Amino acid sequence: MAAVAARKRWGRRARGGAPSYPGWLALPALGWYGAFFLAPLAFIFAYSFAELSGFAGVDFAWNLENYRYLWDPVYGEVFLRTLGLAGFGTAATLLVGFPFAYWLARYAPAKTLLLLLVILPFWTSFLIRTYAWLIILDPDFPLFRALDVNLLYSQRAIYIGVVYNYLPLMVLPLYAALSRMDWALVEAAQDLGDGPLRAFRRITLPLSLPGIVAGSLLVFIPLTGEYLIPAILGGNKTAYAGTLIAQQFSEAHDWPFGSAIAVVVIAGMTVVLVAFSRLAARGEVAHG
Amino acid sequence: MGRKALGAHALVVYAFLYLPILIVVAYAFNGGRQTLNWEGFSTRWFGEALRDDTITSALRNSLLVALGNAAVACLLGTMLALALPRMRRSTRIPLDALVTMTLVTPEIVFGIAALVFFSHAGIALGLKTILIAHVVFNASVVALVVRARFVGMGRSFEEASYDLGAGPVSTFRQVTLPRLAPAIVAGGLLAFTFSFDDFYTSFFVSGAGTSTLPLFIFSSLRFGVSPVINAVAVLILCLTVVAIVVAYLILRRSSPKTLPGL
Repeated sequence: MAAVAARKRWGRRARGGAPSYPGWLALPALGWYGAFFLAPLAFIFAYSFAELSGFAGVDFAWNLENYRYLWDPVYGEVFLRTLGLAGFGTAATLLVGFPFAYWLARYAPAKTLLLLLVILPFWTSFLIRTYAWLIILDPDFPLFRALDVNLLYSQRAIYIGVVYNYLPLMVLPLYAALSRMDWALVEAAQDLGDGPLRAFRRITLPLSLPGIVAGSLLVFIPLTGEYLIPAILGGNKTAYAGTLIAQQFSEAHDWPFGSAIAVVVIAGMTVVLVAFSRLAARGEVAHG
Repeated sequence: MGRKALGAHALVVYAFLYLPILIVVAYAFNGGRQTLNWEGFSTRWFGEALRDDTITSALRNSLLVALGNAAVACLLGTMLALALPRMRRSTRIPLDALVTMTLVTPEIVFGIAALVFFSHAGIALGLKTILIAHVVFNASVVALVVRARFVGMGRSFEEASYDLGAGPVSTFRQVTLPRLAPAIVAGGLLAFTFSFDDFYTSFFVSGAGTSTLPLFIFSSLRFGVSPVINAVAVLILCLTVVAIVVAYLILRRSSPKTLPGL
């Protein structure tokens, strides 16, 4: 009884979990997001309808000129190439990452250490990991000098860099999903006459679907704005959406046009997010 | 695929992940002026890097921003993590979406948005703007890590504290905070490395004349690879690897379930 009274005295109790902390504690962070995240995004949205006036000035004309300018086969090609790169990166990291995450979740000895070894590159500098390939792909690097191939500043160099940098982002959610798997289910299916492939399709794949969805999003979305890998390993020869944006801000100084490209990237990202979450929701319904 | 084939595949993946990094480290100890011609082991490039004013001032800037960012992100992120789980669903879900958005928005988009905003708001570009922008996504990183721990640790200790007559403030100070501390420290370490390694955001909001180590490396790449860059890269790697391993160990000891990934 004393406990109940004390509880009443100290106020509101939450439904389960730790005691209730007041909602205003969120305000500093939300203020920060509002001022330095949402407001900047609103600014580039407004900028995308503005036009340049003079050299550095901007005139808020509120027209669609920037978007009309973007509606050009030259830029259409850039956006398609960007989608292609993001699609390639997602498919390739999934193909390499899934068997790897499967092994890590089911068979690996010393899981903690081996998992840490995947997390480490994920948290180390993206720039340095890309830079490393600049050394390896150099035609004077012993391996490639012996093979007499030159991949540096080629499309293939960009692809290698993409798989290399984004692989951990795919593996981590896949591992998270697969490590919760009950492998007895797979064994039961096989005991009951399923072949390994059928058991995989009927049990492992549906149960790992949330990991596949999360991993695909984590790889696909940032890749739509990728700038460093084409700039460093592709020698800045092929333009992607990220390249275009960076150019408008660092060389061309056409902020309104650069903002319009960024808005298109955000719009594309939203479409992908919604589509993926629909897909995930359907998967959850189908497999309970 | 059989178990053996999977194991072999995993081995190749680990080699793929680590050989490039190891090659950078190895070449950083190459005594020769040509990056790719091995001329014997030497640490001379580390010395040259640390005597170069451009590099040391970039290092100082990177450290200042990363430390300041980690401190602010810990404060904002922890407060957010405490407030979020107990909110009404209809409030919490959009806020969750906002936190996720700060983490998934392509960094280049956020970078230019911050640049446009700062120049309009009349905030001079420099270390201050880099720090402000870094805190945006790092507060979210801390919030995710701390929240996982906060939700995972249950409420029995706090209940006992209340039952013994402690108020909300002393319960927080004596019960909740000490149990959250490992997650806050780990989140802070992750925020530190995130900021220390950041290229995109810093690239756009640093303004002329302010450099960080990643910006220094990027601008040096115009002249190709060089032993000094290798040495700087190894310095960055050492610092971040230590921070991540420590964060990982702290998190693993306190709550194994919040892994993997963060």
